[in-house]
Amino acid sequence: MISRPYAAARRTLSIVDKLYEVNWGLVLLITIIACVGFAMLYSVAGGSFSPWAGKQMLRFVVGFVLMIVVAMVDIRRWLSLAYPAYIVSLVLLVGVVVAGHVGLGAQRWLALGPIEIQPSELMKIALIMALARFLHGQSVEEVSKPLRLIIPLVMIALPAGLVAIQPNLGTTIILVLDGAALLFLAGLSWWWILPTLGAVVAAVPLAWRFVLHDYQKARVMTFLNPESDALGAGWNITQAKIAIGSGGAAGKGFLQGTQSRLNFLPEKETDFIFTNYGEEFGFVGCIALLILFSVVIGYGIQISMSARSQFARLLSMGITLNFFFYIMINGAMVMGLIPVVGIPMPLISYGGSAMLTVLFGFGLLLSVHVHRQVEIPRHSAGII
Amino acid sequence: MPLFDGKDKSRYATFTRRTLMMGGGVAGVFLVLAGRLYQLQIENGDEYRTEAEANRVSQRVIFPPRGRILDRFGNELATNRRNYRVVIVPEQATDGVQSAIDAVGRIIELTPRQREKVLHDIAQNKKFAQIPIAENLSWDEFARLNLHLPYLPGVQPDVGTTRAYPYGAEMSHLLGYVAPPTQADQEKDSDPLLAQPGFHIGKRGIEKAYDVQMRGKAGASRVEVNAYGRVIRELSTLPGQAGEDVYLTIDCQLQRFAEERLAAESAACIVMDVETGDVLALASTPGFDPNLFNVGISNDQWKALTTDDRKPLLNKAVGGVYPPGSTFKTAMALAAVDNGLEDLQVNCTGSMTLGNHVFHCWKWKTGGHGHVDLHKAVQQSCDIFFYEVARRLGIDKMAAAAKALGLGAETGIEIPGELSGFIPTSAWKLARYGVPWQVGDSLSAGIGQGYVLATPLQLCVQAARIAGGKAVVPRVVHDVGAARQPRVPPAALPFSQKALDMVRSGMDAVANVPGGTAYAWRITQPGYEMAGKTGTAQVRVITKAERESGLRSEASLPWDLRENGLYIAFAPVSQPRYACACIVEHNAAPHIQVQAARDILLFAQQRNLLQTPTGYPVHAAQAAGPKRT
Repeated sequence: MISRPYAAARRTLSIVDKLYEVNWGLVLLITIIACVGFAMLYSVAGGSFSPWAGKQMLRFVVGFVLMIVVAMVDIRRWLSLAYPAYIVSLVLLVGVVVAGHVGLGAQRWLALGPIEIQPSELMKIALIMALARFLHGQSVEEVSKPLRLIIPLVMIALPAGLVAIQPNLGTTIILVLDGAALLFLAGLSWWWILPTLGAVVAAVPLAWRFVLHDYQKARVMTFLNPESDALGAGWNITQAKIAIGSGGAAGKGFLQGTQSRLNFLPEKETDFIFTNYGEEFGFVGCIALLILFSVVIGYGIQISMSARSQFARLLSMGITLNFFFYIMINGAMVMGLIPVVGIPMPLISYGGSAMLTVLFGFGLLLSVHVHRQVEIPRHSAGII
Repeated sequence: MPLFDGKDKSRYATFTRRTLMMGGGVAGVFLVLAGRLYQLQIENGDEYRTEAEANRVSQRVIFPPRGRILDRFGNELATNRRNYRVVIVPEQATDGVQSAIDAVGRIIELTPRQREKVLHDIAQNKKFAQIPIAENLSWDEFARLNLHLPYLPGVQPDVGTTRAYPYGAEMSHLLGYVAPPTQADQEKDSDPLLAQPGFHIGKRGIEKAYDVQMRGKAGASRVEVNAYGRVIRELSTLPGQAGEDVYLTIDCQLQRFAEERLAAESAACIVMDVETGDVLALASTPGFDPNLFNVGISNDQWKALTTDDRKPLLNKAVGGVYPPGSTFKTAMALAAVDNGLEDLQVNCTGSMTLGNHVFHCWKWKTGGHGHVDLHKAVQQSCDIFFYEVARRLGIDKMAAAAKALGLGAETGIEIPGELSGFIPTSAWKLARYGVPWQVGDSLSAGIGQGYVLATPLQLCVQAARIAGGKAVVPRVVHDVGAARQPRVPPAALPFSQKALDMVRSGMDAVANVPGGTAYAWRITQPGYEMAGKTGTAQVRVITKAERESGLRSEASLPWDLRENGLYIAFAPVSQPRYACACIVEHNAAPHIQVQAARDILLFAQQRNLLQTPTGYPVHAAQAAGPKRT
């Protein structure tokens, strides 16, 4: 019974059946992590729901409903929406470049009526969907064929390039990592992977010379020697390390962190929120949070392995790894392991677009789980 | 074509394999993060905890209140008053500092220079520092500013203290003033208070001499600050120690009277107690307003003070040196009596010839004083008599007498800037000029001219020693905080009682017997009579031609070529308690200094100054009295 008849996969589940199939353990974990975020936003505001924690909770409620709704939608529907979503996101990204207004020194936001959206956030999901759909149609051998490989590479390069000129280094890195991970999972030949890695290493000096902006170079330089400019650009790194380190083994206790409350940490409610967590809950708390994160990732891996279609597998792993890349880059950044790049801690950092994107992604993951028995043929002829 | 084939299976196998590899990568990254957390929080946790504390806690210095300066009756001569000021914190000025300053400028008056200084200070300091915009505001201005405060982001009212001198220029030379320390001051003194913006230290006068005692010790306040340096709350305070009050022997009213009496002149006047050496008044005119310096003196004001040829910044009482003129004859008379010349008789014809040089008496025009003995020579200030004394004694005996009266050496008074004056000796001239002492030099010195120089304070000491017969030393500080200043009982003078009696009698005749040089300006109130000795010192050489054509009147000369008028005196003549020296530089009318000294001595006696109980702090040891057994 390894491969089920195609017809069997066509049967549809009722909403109640689907709700029963939702992985509620994962949903609970996500909610717990989000609650840690609310507590931190409450703390960095000096023990107040305003201005951040209250809004963030509201967004989570909205995002939570969105997640469940997304989970209810048939995985084949998402397959068919993959390319349109990608194209819409691409158009919006172009729109940002053309009409976007300047926020935080970079063009990232686009106003659609009363709603301001960040198309680069949408693109993270759209790219994963579109690549999963494309790779769904490729066998292992086909993935590595040069003429076929050009298509996913262009699909990655277009949005990555548009985001890079905003400029938004963090999201560019995430998009490239997401794309590379999906190609790897789809079976890209090691003959492609190893030389590319070598070329990337060789390209670093060139990128330094011709690609990176001055502020990005400054971030790298101050990362390498933060004490050289402890009151200027090195401030963030130095203060972040002090905050986390001063938490010690058990932390200073909830609401007892001084580094963020006294504004020594810039962007304490967004990119640097983990430092406040580290200060207040210490090593024990940090390890506990890392364990929560790894269980979520473990769920994602388990869901992808149990899915019966390549699209679903790639989609779920793409979402899971996207979530992981956020944690990896933000964590390494606030702990002073890599230079400062603008990447938030998922589910914890304050921010509407990021929260909705992450929960939308988890909705897709849940949809994969709910529809894990659905089989979809490799060739487009079989796709609804 | 089948919908599913072997290729689906093979890519599922690949996917599974590679997913597990990714899972391993995820686990590896999480292990690295956990390891880093271990390193930051467990291994270096204590170090970062210390750094976080250092971030959070800031030490703020609390200025100790500066000690006051009080007079002998406890009246405040220098005190601290509230300083209403307005400061700006640049980081909080959300509309920009320029517009904040403009807004303040619409409420209170700000000069372009003030605005410039504020902008300069803002550029020099941290963004969270409080930069003063204007200080010493009136209550009206301060109230108006407070009313507008809600519309002035970044502008804060502040109440500090500033030094206040209620009597202004009248005490300026005595007290000095306070001002911000200079770079050089900060290098000399390691007290961290000096590095604090807004801190003032004493410059000149008592403010300088007792600066350390009046300064006190800084307190500290440990406060929690945010990243911008703003204070969130106070954690603990270490109270400072207030500066100590300084009690002077000065009588505020006498000092003011003397200053007012001489306000029109460039002059100095000192009054002291002949028994103790307590200085009761120490006036020097013109003065300056010491309040200008702590508020911030303008360039024009400073220029006016430094270019005035009457030298308002010079304390002439201790820092001005003058030829003592005929007041020196008192020292000559003492030396004469104790060297066997008490019965010397001289016939004054108005001049005497030594070698080929003619020495004149001041009364040369009317044919001199005629037959003169020591008493008459002092009373009428006969130059010829003292030329003869000088010729017979020689300079070294004269110098010994002068030095015994306190001339030629600093008196050691607690006011900075004292000069020693000068009493020449024969050895000095040989060493200095390589020429032996000439008899003619002695003759000039004998009437207080030539090389002889003295400060007004020294002349007062001279008068006090003659009047009291004791080698009193002038003192102006009585107590510093709870500590009574040590006082050495005055030594005996190396003069015979007979010599002192003869000189006092001569000085009595100067003021109280017709023919005396100060008789016209004597004290007529019975019981208050003074004894004195006048002096006039040329500041230029009178040429032979001038003498032959008749001297020009003093009033017709330019101010700075006129003679200096001097007077030393004591009172009451029967039982001397008050000694006085008064010098008026380049006086237009003769004996202005005698009239001033007369009025000042009379004022002091009528106030019954030395019999009035003092207001010095009572010390426990003294208050307890002798123990009963």
